[in-house]
Amino acid sequence: MVRSHAKLTLGPLNFHWPAAVRRDFYARIADEAPVDTVVLGEVVCSKRAPFFDSHIPEVAERLRRAGKEVVLGSLALVMQARERQAVLDLAADSDILVEANDLTAVAACAGRPHAIGPLVAVYNPGTLELMARQGATRVCLPGELTADAITALSRTALVTGTEIEVQAFGRLPLAISARCYHARAHGLHKDGCRYVCEKHPDGMDLDTLDGTPFLAVNGVQTLSGSYLDLLADVGPLSTLGVGRFRLSPQDCDMVAVAETFRAVLDGDVPVAPAQQRLRNLCPGRRFSNGFLHGVEGKSYRASVRGV
Amino acid sequence: MTARPPLAASPLSLVCPAGTPAALDAALEAGADAVYCGFADATNARNFPGLNFSHKEMRAAVDRTHRAGRGLYIAINTFPRAGEEETWHQAVDAAAEAGADAVILADLGLLSYAQATHPALRLHLSVQAAASTPEAIRYLAQAFGVQRVVLPRVLTLAEVTALTAAVAPVETEVFAFGGMCVMAEGRCQLSSYVTGQSPNTHGVCSPPAAVQFRREAGGDISARLNDITIDRHAAGSPAGYPTLCKGRFRANGTTGYLFEEPTSLNAADHIPGLIAGGVRALKIEGRQRGRAYVTRVVGEFRRAIDAAVAGGFRMPDLASEMEGGRATAGAYDRRWR
Repeated sequence: MVRSHAKLTLGPLNFHWPAAVRRDFYARIADEAPVDTVVLGEVVCSKRAPFFDSHIPEVAERLRRAGKEVVLGSLALVMQARERQAVLDLAADSDILVEANDLTAVAACAGRPHAIGPLVAVYNPGTLELMARQGATRVCLPGELTADAITALSRTALVTGTEIEVQAFGRLPLAISARCYHARAHGLHKDGCRYVCEKHPDGMDLDTLDGTPFLAVNGVQTLSGSYLDLLADVGPLSTLGVGRFRLSPQDCDMVAVAETFRAVLDGDVPVAPAQQRLRNLCPGRRFSNGFLHGVEGKSYRASVRGV
Repeated sequence: MTARPPLAASPLSLVCPAGTPAALDAALEAGADAVYCGFADATNARNFPGLNFSHKEMRAAVDRTHRAGRGLYIAINTFPRAGEEETWHQAVDAAAEAGADAVILADLGLLSYAQATHPALRLHLSVQAAASTPEAIRYLAQAFGVQRVVLPRVLTLAEVTALTAAVAPVETEVFAFGGMCVMAEGRCQLSSYVTGQSPNTHGVCSPPAAVQFRREAGGDISARLNDITIDRHAAGSPAGYPTLCKGRFRANGTTGYLFEEPTSLNAADHIPGLIAGGVRALKIEGRQRGRAYVTRVVGEFRRAIDAAVAGGFRMPDLASEMEGGRATAGAYDRRWR
């Protein structure tokens, strides 16, 4: 097996973990996780940002000292004046690469190097070329894209010199809303939410009436009930030109998750035992990769190899 | 057909759905200032069987609409699939050739194509593009010449008003009635997670081909999407269409409509506020709905707008046209959040 040069990105933490837990989490990532890049910043709910914003400089410094690149993700849904200002302030900080997660940030970052997050609609080469012309050096693609679309976008990215990133692990961000479903499920409104989302560090399970696990609610965000697992697909995808894979933090041993993906990319461990290890690391979780294979995202299909 | 003043004379333009030529005629008859339509393929976000217009039907529709002194917009508001961009480019070309008054686009690459290829074609930004701030809208106006923005259904009335003032002369258009996404539009992959098809990729949400109704052991009827149960009803009681985000689910020990009840948006009582706030156009959702819906809803909104302009606004009665007979003002009311 050929050693892949593909890099690993630890995506933004979607969940509302207490500040002390977050600091410990990133300290361990800095010391132990074989990831190349870490995306910091609150991307889901601006009400949570004050709890951790003041810790970000220290955490970023620690990650950099450990040799990691630090990227700051912008808020996914921007509505209020203070949220707009936060995005503008973020974009004005020229020392740090910003990952734009909505069109406010895309506008604010235009004209200088930046990254595009998976919550911005980049579905085709025409849009990718446009983003690249405006300064996007890296684009993490939307989760629902198929391997064929990723292949076409990767070809364009070779020409534009853009790095293509694809999420490979964790719950998929499927939707964002002005309404807080976490608060709603607790009989509350967003304005008086009492930060009930903190109760569910891996998202609040949402099941069907039959009791089938289905989705996970995380404040204003809706995530997949299953975890994405592209262990069988990262090899073929990196051959197709995908330069980075994103691991989305879940409430599990993310250092071990990163080691597992790195080992498969490096050809040190075959896919099957790596998949078994991943399942052992996330007991009780279901895994999916259907989007990549052009079918419903919640399903799991065999590798794209040979397709 | 009653002669109505041309588009520009109305302070709040009434933009109405036309899924078929018959619905288009009904909308014009009932007092639409403008209608919006799509081509019969995946380029528009209501890609349902039996709906939408061939290129020939579209040319005829533009002619009829213009003879009535109104405007016709063509929604090409899905995201071109990689490798199939030509289909979307041809749709923009066909809209320009048909003489459409505007195209409603969501994809930035397609906006760029339209601007470069048809510089005289008026560009509206679809709600699917998810532009929710002055910064985003000004950027789209500068980069592509976008002249009107359909606002995401995430903003309160106060935010809509402030945004409208901030982006002028770019016009704003807001949804006033009909089916309502509770998730930010153009950013929702729930449908493809369950069925493989989403608004962004295929122009459909919770597609009919994935719907099954199943009789359970106790006699109840389950409404399912692919193999996911969306809701359950006693046999004989009316079962609504299983739209994903309007289903009943379990979370935190409770069972209920965790996202939203089966309900329709009705912002009619905000008409005076929207006029005062400088909003340019009101949009009625429902290209998948029939003539009767279009006639009734457009007619009621026509009368409500005219009365509001004359200073005598009264709330229209549209309970019969609402999903489950229920309405919400959605995000326009801050408490909805």
